Amino acid sequence: MPAVIVALAVVFGSINPNFWSATNLANVSRQISILALLSLGQTFAILSGGIDLSVGSLLALVSVVCAQQMKAQGLVEGITAGVLAGGLAGLVNGLIIARARVPPFIATLGMLVAARGAALTLSGGLPIAGLPREFLVIGAGYIGPFPIPTVVAVAAFVLAHVILSRTRFGRYVYAMGSNEEAAVLSGINVANYKMLVYVTSGLFAGIAGVILTARVISGQPTLGEVQELYSIAAVVIGGGRITGGVGGIGTTLMGVLVLGILGNGLNLVQVSSYVQNIVIGAIIVGAVWIDLARERRR
Amino acid sequence: MKDAPPFLQLEGIVKRFPGVVALNGVSLEVRAGETHALLGENGAGKSTLIKTIAGVYHPDAGEIRLDGRPARIRNPHDAQALGISTIYQEFTLAPDMSVAENIFLGREPLLIRALSIVDRRELIRRTRDVLTSLDLQIDPEATVRHLGVAQQQMVEIAKALSLDARLIIMDEPTATLTSHEIDRLFETIGRLEQRGVAVIYVSHRLEEVKAIAGRATILRDGTYVATVPVASTTIDEMIRLMVGRDLKEKFPKVKVAPGDEVLRVEHLTRNGILHDISFSVRRGEIVGIAGLVGSKRTETARAIFGADPIDGGRIFLHGREMTARTPADAIRHRIALVPEDRKRHGIFACLSVHDNVVLSGLRQFSRRGLLDVRRARQRAQEFVSSLRVATPDLDKWARDLSGGNQQKVVIAKWLNTNAELFLFDEPTRGIDVGGKIEVYRLMGELVSRGAAIVMISSELPEILGMSDRILVMRDGRICGEFDRADATEEGILNCALRGAA
Repeated sequence: MPAVIVALAVVFGSINPNFWSATNLANVSRQISILALLSLGQTFAILSGGIDLSVGSLLALVSVVCAQQMKAQGLVEGITAGVLAGGLAGLVNGLIIARARVPPFIATLGMLVAARGAALTLSGGLPIAGLPREFLVIGAGYIGPFPIPTVVAVAAFVLAHVILSRTRFGRYVYAMGSNEEAAVLSGINVANYKMLVYVTSGLFAGIAGVILTARVISGQPTLGEVQELYSIAAVVIGGGRITGGVGGIGTTLMGVLVLGILGNGLNLVQVSSYVQNIVIGAIIVGAVWIDLARERRR
Repeated sequence: MKDAPPFLQLEGIVKRFPGVVALNGVSLEVRAGETHALLGENGAGKSTLIKTIAGVYHPDAGEIRLDGRPARIRNPHDAQALGISTIYQEFTLAPDMSVAENIFLGREPLLIRALSIVDRRELIRRTRDVLTSLDLQIDPEATVRHLGVAQQQMVEIAKALSLDARLIIMDEPTATLTSHEIDRLFETIGRLEQRGVAVIYVSHRLEEVKAIAGRATILRDGTYVATVPVASTTIDEMIRLMVGRDLKEKFPKVKVAPGDEVLRVEHLTRNGILHDISFSVRRGEIVGIAGLVGSKRTETARAIFGADPIDGGRIFLHGREMTARTPADAIRHRIALVPEDRKRHGIFACLSVHDNVVLSGLRQFSRRGLLDVRRARQRAQEFVSSLRVATPDLDKWARDLSGGNQQKVVIAKWLNTNAELFLFDEPTRGIDVGGKIEVYRLMGELVSRGAAIVMISSELPEILGMSDRILVMRDGRICGEFDRADATEEGILNCALRGAA
């Protein structure tokens, strides 16, 4: 997969040298930071044997809550409220999945619809403008040469990696996804850790939602449509297994980079966005197909 | 007919997988109407061989002849058309369809051909014909899901017959059957023989092979060892051919003077399942639990382990009552469960050996929320070495190990939690002869170190060979107890079948 990424970069770079410009690279990394954050949460959900279809809609809900609270109470309060809204929605997902034992696909499908509805209800269907100037920095600012969204995404990747590889929670996520019944018989409190998985996913969606709000400089109830599907694609393209237990932050990073570079590169070489979708669709299926073929040969 | 060539002849079959030669010049000859056993340890190449015959794999070299003529079996469909049917351990029936629909799946008699409308009456009639010819009392319209394992197997056999099978390959057909059901299976196999149908019978249970097979072909490490007439070959000889060396002791029993009581179960009851179960186990002791499949032995172990709820009774560990009732609580009380269905309950197939070993005891490697990865790895390596787990490295996926080594990984997981009471449920199921002895040795080491063991097993020789005391269960009750000294197969069987000691 790293070879594919290098190849993509070389091809796009040779067709349009602008691809390698500092501005463009900063742009790509800023653009994909939202998808990156969503995909991190999705990685937890899929690794644990579940899925989180609600992350796209949560972007909208978070955006609206964040903007409203920011106007009503202030900058920090707004950001906090946005992230917490994501976490809370994740907790609801987790409770429904772990306690009521509704399959994750259905539970988060419900949240996908409901969170969008909540965002539209809270906002009356209209964008919420007039956010404080300082807030713009989060979306457009830099730390050194690096865009702030990129820095946040990179920090989130490091954090997620530490959680998955160096904490009990992380290892249990793999165990649940590999064999849930064996996990129970190994003394793992599967219900609790499942809840934690969806809270984690919700929190990452919360952070993504706040950054996206800062980038569009308003609370938008229509943000994030089909982003949940791209986050799933990012997880599986890199080699994460859709049924859980196999994958990780590394493979998800690969998936995010492929999708990000592809989108940006195809733009630079002036492929229409309609055609881009065809290419991306084919790549999603192709990548998983190659992966499965390789596994079968083991 | 005397001089007719055998139905199936394989010669010099070679099958390579990346990095391994699974079959290296294997020959096999199966005559019409013969039940031919295929023997070998796990990894000897039995599965690869039957999959080659069934058209799943293609040999890299060698010849397959049917009725003396060279045959090409390109895929399972070809095999079926040539009269070869395979009944795998995991059945290939559609559980929510009826018996009749399953038997004629894809070949349904049609009422109106153009519209593909099924002639239900004809379907039922033909199904009944097939079932009667095997003397089976199964309702053609029953839903497969509601049949027992044994009956589902019979449906598979009926399906094979309806396909005009001349050779039926059975892979470990008795693994999940009770002894009564095994008798019924053998009757059916007898009927197949009379009809001239050949059977390739793959099993680890040599007593059964003695009872049912005419000849046996033995494989070892992917090579052909011998074909022997079963009647004049002893089980010990077969084992020697399989492992290529003499096994001095099949059951390396370690006698340990029993110490303090570790577990005491009093009046354990789960409504409709377990009735008033009481027993105790002491340090250094192996208590065997015998009984038929379905006598609720697994349920007893799961209840003690907190995996299933209980409705009454008390469980004491070291004389103190255990009130908390989840597997996590049981593990904290140093109880371990080595489950019967390793794939489903024991092993994390796509996690590394390392993860499998340390998973249940991760808490001890946790420092301020972060795992000490190096120490965990060290520990895993120690267990892998001391239990002699055959794996190239710690990062190998558990599913790539043999059954015996997987079992060792499960045991290592519990050693890592400092378990003192081991509940072994069918500890050697699906494990080859050499692997079994390794597991028995481990059990011996455990009791020598002061652990207590409860061992559920359906293999009487194992029960008799390894236990210090034997409990017999029947219908969720303990119906008898034997001391090692005065336990006999007859006594235990009598008890398990009739409920009287």
